[in-house]
Amino acid sequence: MVEIRDLRKHFGALTVLDGITIGFRPGEITAVVGANGAGKSTLLKCIVRLVRPDAGEIRIDGVAIDGDRRYRARVGYVPQIPRFPEALAAAELLDFLAEIRAVAPRNSHRLIELFALEPFMHLPLRHLSGGTRQKISMLIAAAFDPEILVMDEPTVGLDPLTARGQKQWLVTQKSNGRTIIMASHVMAEVEEFADRVIFLLDSHVYFDGAPVEALAGSGERTLENAIAKMMECGSVWAKS
Amino acid sequence: MGQVLSIARFSVRELMRSRWIGAYALFFAASGWLVFALGEEPTQAVVSVLELVLFVAPLVSLVVAVLYFYSLRDFAELLLTQPIARRTAFAGQYLGLSLALAGSFVAGLGVPFLWYGSSAAAARGIFAMLLLAGVLLTLAFVALAFAVSVRTENRLKALGAVLLVWLFFAVIYDGLLMMLIVAFPQTRLDRELLGLALLDPLDMARILILLRLDVAALMGYTGVVFQEFFGSMEGIAVALGALGAWIAAPLWLGLRAYERRDF
Repeated sequence: MVEIRDLRKHFGALTVLDGITIGFRPGEITAVVGANGAGKSTLLKCIVRLVRPDAGEIRIDGVAIDGDRRYRARVGYVPQIPRFPEALAAAELLDFLAEIRAVAPRNSHRLIELFALEPFMHLPLRHLSGGTRQKISMLIAAAFDPEILVMDEPTVGLDPLTARGQKQWLVTQKSNGRTIIMASHVMAEVEEFADRVIFLLDSHVYFDGAPVEALAGSGERTLENAIAKMMECGSVWAKS
Repeated sequence: MGQVLSIARFSVRELMRSRWIGAYALFFAASGWLVFALGEEPTQAVVSVLELVLFVAPLVSLVVAVLYFYSLRDFAELLLTQPIARRTAFAGQYLGLSLALAGSFVAGLGVPFLWYGSSAAAARGIFAMLLLAGVLLTLAFVALAFAVSVRTENRLKALGAVLLVWLFFAVIYDGLLMMLIVAFPQTRLDRELLGLALLDPLDMARILILLRLDVAALMGYTGVVFQEFFGSMEGIAVALGALGAWIAAPLWLGLRAYERRDF
């Protein structure tokens, strides 16, 4: 269980997160949605400590993550834009991460097969397309079988076949009790396989519930329209 | 420490495939061949190469370190989401780049020396000091570049800042010292100049080698004061200490900022 309590973050005069309190449960796929600049990436980066919150607390299974790097062995992270050392190959990168984690990757063979990455594993990363880099990023995040997957726009750049394979794999991970947190702009995919939607607006949580609840509350037929309506109406749908 | 070495090894492996590092080694190899092939006596050859090392090693270290730091910034996102401390990531990347640059410098200059000048025992000692000075300058200026880059979001601004740093130490600082001497012609400013010389890593590296050579004529005013004040051996120890501080201080500043920054 990932618990976030009263999380605050400013960048200069800009308030990005203002007292966010939410929890992410195991065996659940939670999609964090919101307008551009709503704080989705910042929230995710706070969980992996790439961004240091100004105030508030993040706990994993009851233990505060502040100052303890070891919890990150249990977390896999997919950044919004995957960038790697250009001259090296994915296989070298994976070996390197195994070395610094001092454990062998458990999931890599399955993921390499799922994403059809075998022909690309030994090529310099600079030669790979954006979509293939995205797959490599997913492979790296999931290779060590993390209990918590934090993903920022994980399907961007993926072809439909790979995107479908990825979704199926995430559903399997969910049923294995993994906690899956993803930021997304693609409402169709959120509607399709997320168990829960967290909608950020004006640095606050404006909606936290199942996609069907968002549809029922808005009277819209698609999640995209429901979220767009929430953006327009602001606090009408607030459920924090 | 094991994780620092793993990251350093990984960085070195990546850097060895970059053209910069190869070109840097080739530059010093070509310069060394030229100086030694001109038939200069090995000790004189070291003096000839000295100024080149004092100007080029810091400049290349600064520029390559800034470019490398920014190219790694996105990769740092991946690295910092692993179960490692930020200081480990920073130290590993610093060590990796420093090792690659210093290794390239030592290999580039070492090969022509081994070919032409290694027979004289005296030359070996002076040449070893030149290599040590070059390595220490590399460590100091990579640390400076990292300290600037961590605090600067924009790569071009960071490049501009480190070029100013280089210009200051390579040209402006000596000019300021000269102005000081000219401004107070009646006063002996030995202690003041001594203190000011310690604040210039290039001066420290120059003094380190020239004290070893004992060539008073080439030392410049601060070098002579240094020798008078400390004597050769003590002077070398002080210069080494000052260069050590020039590595440690920016490294500490960079590390502190790295631990606090957002990615």
